[in-house]
Amino acid sequence: MYDIQKSFSAHSIAEALDLLSEYPEAVIVAGGTDVMIRLRQRKICNAVLISIREIPELNGIHLREDGSIVIGAGTCFDTIYQDTLINRHIPILAEAANQVGSPQIRHVATIGGNLCNGAVSADSAPSLLALDVNLEFHSKESTWDLPISEFYIGPGKTALHADRELLTSIIIPKQNYENWSSCYLKFGQRNAMEISTLGCAAAVKLEKGKNQLAALHLAFGVAAAKPVRCPRLESSVVGMAADDLLWKKIHTEVLSELNPRDSWRASKELREQLIRTLSVRAVKKAIERAGGKNNEI
Amino acid sequence: MRSKEISFILNGKPVTTTFSEGESLTDLLRNLGMTSVKKGCEAGECGACTVLLDGKSINSCIYLADWVEGHDILTLEGVRAKDGSLHPIQQAFIDEAAIQCGFCTPGLILTGVELCNSGKKYTREELRERISGHLCRCTGYENIINALDKVIGVNS
Repeated sequence: MYDIQKSFSAHSIAEALDLLSEYPEAVIVAGGTDVMIRLRQRKICNAVLISIREIPELNGIHLREDGSIVIGAGTCFDTIYQDTLINRHIPILAEAANQVGSPQIRHVATIGGNLCNGAVSADSAPSLLALDVNLEFHSKESTWDLPISEFYIGPGKTALHADRELLTSIIIPKQNYENWSSCYLKFGQRNAMEISTLGCAAAVKLEKGKNQLAALHLAFGVAAAKPVRCPRLESSVVGMAADDLLWKKIHTEVLSELNPRDSWRASKELREQLIRTLSVRAVKKAIERAGGKNNEI
Repeated sequence: MRSKEISFILNGKPVTTTFSEGESLTDLLRNLGMTSVKKGCEAGECGACTVLLDGKSINSCIYLADWVEGHDILTLEGVRAKDGSLHPIQQAFIDEAAIQCGFCTPGLILTGVELCNSGKKYTREELRERISGHLCRCTGYENIINALDKVIGVNS
C-alpha cells in the first residue's frame, strides 16, 4: 500500500495546473516509474498525486511547419524508440530511449518525467543536451521555452517550479538535427535494467568535404553534479580533421570541464577512464554516421 | 486513505470495484482473485507482476490501481482461449520445460503473448532483449528462449 493521501487524474494541461494551484505540495506523476519508487522508499509520504497520463496533448511526436520536431513530455520511451520521425531524423533519441530500464519500464516511463526528476543519470539527458533542445513549460499565466542548457541547475535540481509549472514539450529545432549526426553510449554493469554509470552523447556536423569538423556537441550524464556539455573542448576542435590529433585532444582535455565523483556504483577513477574512452568512441561513431573520412575506423 | 470506485476491462470483461487510493495495480488484481500476478521485488525490477495494459507489458507493482480507470488489463487468467485451450505460448512453455518454480512464469508468458500479438518474428538475441525485464532464478533462461523461439522466432 502506497502512502497516498489523494490521487487525481488530470485530463488537460489546464486541469493539471488548476489541481496544482489547489495542491501546491502535490507530486506530478507521468509514468510513475520513479515517483512510485520514491513513495515505496518513504522519501515521499502522505502524497497528493496528480497523474498527467490521461492528457492527450502531452502524448505523441509531431513535425511543426518550421521543421522542428516536438515530443510531448508525456510520451513514453517505447513510443520514441518506435517513432518513424525520430528514427529518420534524430536516431540518437531512439538509441537513448531503448537503453532506459526494461521493456515494461519503457512502456510507461516518459521523457518528460526523466528530465523533471533531475537525475544526473537520466538516459535522455545527454542526448537532449547534445541536441541543444528547447523545453516548453506551462503555468496558469503563461507558456515559455527554455534551452535545456539552463534546465539543470545543480545536483537533483532543475529550473522547474514544481508547485506551479508543468513541462509540456521537448522541441528539437530543425537546425539542431538537420545535417547533424550523433551517437549515445551508455556504460552500465549489466545490459538491461541498469542505471547509467556513465552516459556520453556526441553530435557532430562536418564541413562540406566531410574532412573537417564544423561543430561538435559533447554531453555527459554522471560525469559532474548535473548533466553537462563541454563548451571549451567543443569550440576548440572546430576545423580539426577526424584523425589521431583529434582523438588525443579529446582524450586529454575532456576531463578538464567535468567533475566525476566516487559513488557506490563506480569509483572516480573508473568514471574518468570511461569519460576519456567513451567520448572518443562516441565522436568517432558520430563522424562515421555523418559519412566522415576516418582512417582509424 | 479514501476509498474509490473504479471501472475497467479485466480479461475481456467489464469490472467495477472499490479500492483504496494507495493500492497498487498488483494489489487490486490479487484482491480480485488474479493471483497469477506475483509480488516479487515490488520495485519494478523483477517483472513477476507483469500484466498487459492496453496490450503493452507493464510492472503492475509500481502502477497505481487508480490509473487503470477505463483501460484494458490482461492477466494470465485471461490468456486461455474461450474453449479452455492453452495459448501457443503457454503450450510452448510446457513443451520446452521453460518452467521450474513458476514464479516468473505468468509475467514471461504475458510478455510472450504481447510479442505474439505484435505479429513480428524475433531473433534469439531480440527475444533476450525483449524479456530483459523478467528475472528468472531457476532456468538460466535458455528453455524460456527456446519456448518463445518456437512460437515467435524467425524460424518458427
